[in-house]
Amino acid sequence: MWNDGVQTLPVAELRRLQAERLRAQVRRLYERVPFYTQRLDAAGVRPDDIETLDDIARLPFTSKGDMREVFPFGLLAVDRSEIVEAHMSSGTTGKPVVDAYTRGDLELWGDVMGRTLDMGGVGASDIVQVAYGYGLFTGGFGAHYGGQALGAMVLPVSSGNTHRQLDTLVDFGTTALCCTPSYALYIAEYAAKHGVDAAALPLRVGFFGAEPWSLEMRADIERRLGIKAFDIYGLTEIIGPGVGAECPGQDGLHIFEDHFYPEIVDPDSGRPLPDGERGELVLTTLTREGTPVLRYRTRDITYLMPEPCACGRTSRRIHRLMGRTDDMLIVRGVNVFPQQIEQVLLRVADVEPHYRIIVDRDGSMDTLTVEVEMSESLFSDDLGDVLALEREIERELHAETGIQARCVLVNPQTIERSEGKAKRVFDRRKVTTHV
Amino acid sequence: MFEDEHVFELRQVSVFLENRPGVLADATRTLASAEVNLRAAMIAETERFGILRVITDSPAAAVAALESAGFRTKLTDVVGVEVPDHAGGLAELLDVFEGSSVSIEYLYAELAGRLGRALLIMKLTPRDEALKLLREASLY
Repeated sequence: MWNDGVQTLPVAELRRLQAERLRAQVRRLYERVPFYTQRLDAAGVRPDDIETLDDIARLPFTSKGDMREVFPFGLLAVDRSEIVEAHMSSGTTGKPVVDAYTRGDLELWGDVMGRTLDMGGVGASDIVQVAYGYGLFTGGFGAHYGGQALGAMVLPVSSGNTHRQLDTLVDFGTTALCCTPSYALYIAEYAAKHGVDAAALPLRVGFFGAEPWSLEMRADIERRLGIKAFDIYGLTEIIGPGVGAECPGQDGLHIFEDHFYPEIVDPDSGRPLPDGERGELVLTTLTREGTPVLRYRTRDITYLMPEPCACGRTSRRIHRLMGRTDDMLIVRGVNVFPQQIEQVLLRVADVEPHYRIIVDRDGSMDTLTVEVEMSESLFSDDLGDVLALEREIERELHAETGIQARCVLVNPQTIERSEGKAKRVFDRRKVTTHV
Repeated sequence: MFEDEHVFELRQVSVFLENRPGVLADATRTLASAEVNLRAAMIAETERFGILRVITDSPAAAVAALESAGFRTKLTDVVGVEVPDHAGGLAELLDVFEGSSVSIEYLYAELAGRLGRALLIMKLTPRDEALKLLREASLY
């Protein structure tokens, strides 16, 4: 195991290490980052008040909005001359968030992404194809540094140009692939279309993240590419990818909590919840130097799994993400997560997950429509069969979500393919309510 | 098709039509630009979607053109039967299946029959039994 000394530290020692790091981090931020000086003062908390890990609940939260307000350098905890690299979020929903790295931060990033790839047995003899975007997005460089930390050969293909992507997989005999899960599926589809038996390639493992995906989608990717697929977790606000990853047991994702301290809070009240209870994940960077963050509200819904893991790592796991507080759709007063819908589609009819969810309002009534592309296996010359399929999907959607949804089968290739994050939810109510 | 034959084994191209204005025109335009000639066509529809069924001179070319234009297709084995050209001809034809287990899932007619001949396209199950009965019948 890569860096096994830290990863298998006895829990009591790990907690001691975390508490020590937390105390030092809070003090440093209070002294060096005016944003945090003001925040702690406003909350009436002095760095000396933070003694144990439980005291973390006394610290104020940091939100995405906070980080945008101080764009671009307001959260720097070191002199700008110490920063050697910076990335930022796409900023699709507002101002971007900047993640600035010192040399030490890059080393940390390589270490935690090394731990991630090591979960799938990647080592010096592997060829790692990075099909996450390189650029300001953290995905490409994060996977790159992780592969290099392990001594693997890294192919920085970046995202897009699927034809070259496939050629590279074939020509180099790539053994490990890093990209978004929807892009992995797209590559598999592209290979099949061009007569390449992707499952027969040397490729044996993949690390997929940056967007939600279901277990059924994982099975689909594993079957089509002939690999074992690992779920990985990270976010620009913390470090990028490398916050946590699945071990071979694939029952939850280990959070590398010697560096990133996890809490679960009630998304409405912000009240901390005990391990095992579902809520919003909150992360504190314990060792970041460039842009450390206290109690960042990730908006990801999950719960902490404190049980010991068979792999020997002592870090707590989070359950695979169960949705986002901001992706959650409220349809006729009921909470619906896009993942629930994807699970139904894959379960009912082995449907390739090319679908989109449209929420609209008909008078005062919310409507939920799921458009699904007609696949080869679903299409029948018999009207009755096709009608029955639509009705079965509707029945299952109702059973899963409690909502009467409408399923509409559409022509193939009508739903936009994505090389990055797939946009599957179209909430048209927002347009009409603000007119 | 040979002059002395009355029953033909045909491959029909079935095309899924999503519920969108212009989708049928798109499909037929696609066939036209692939220079596929339609011999027979029908549409089955529900309020939610439709299925276009066509008999062409080249089913493989039709499928290739439609699939690459983003349509979902399926090849279906159907039977073409010449209808005796006199009053009661269709009734006589269907009488052939009387007492058998053959069922007619749907039928439609050729677009441009030659003088004195009208070809019906039928989806029949079980197909082998239907073909045998049709070939043994003395309708003409």
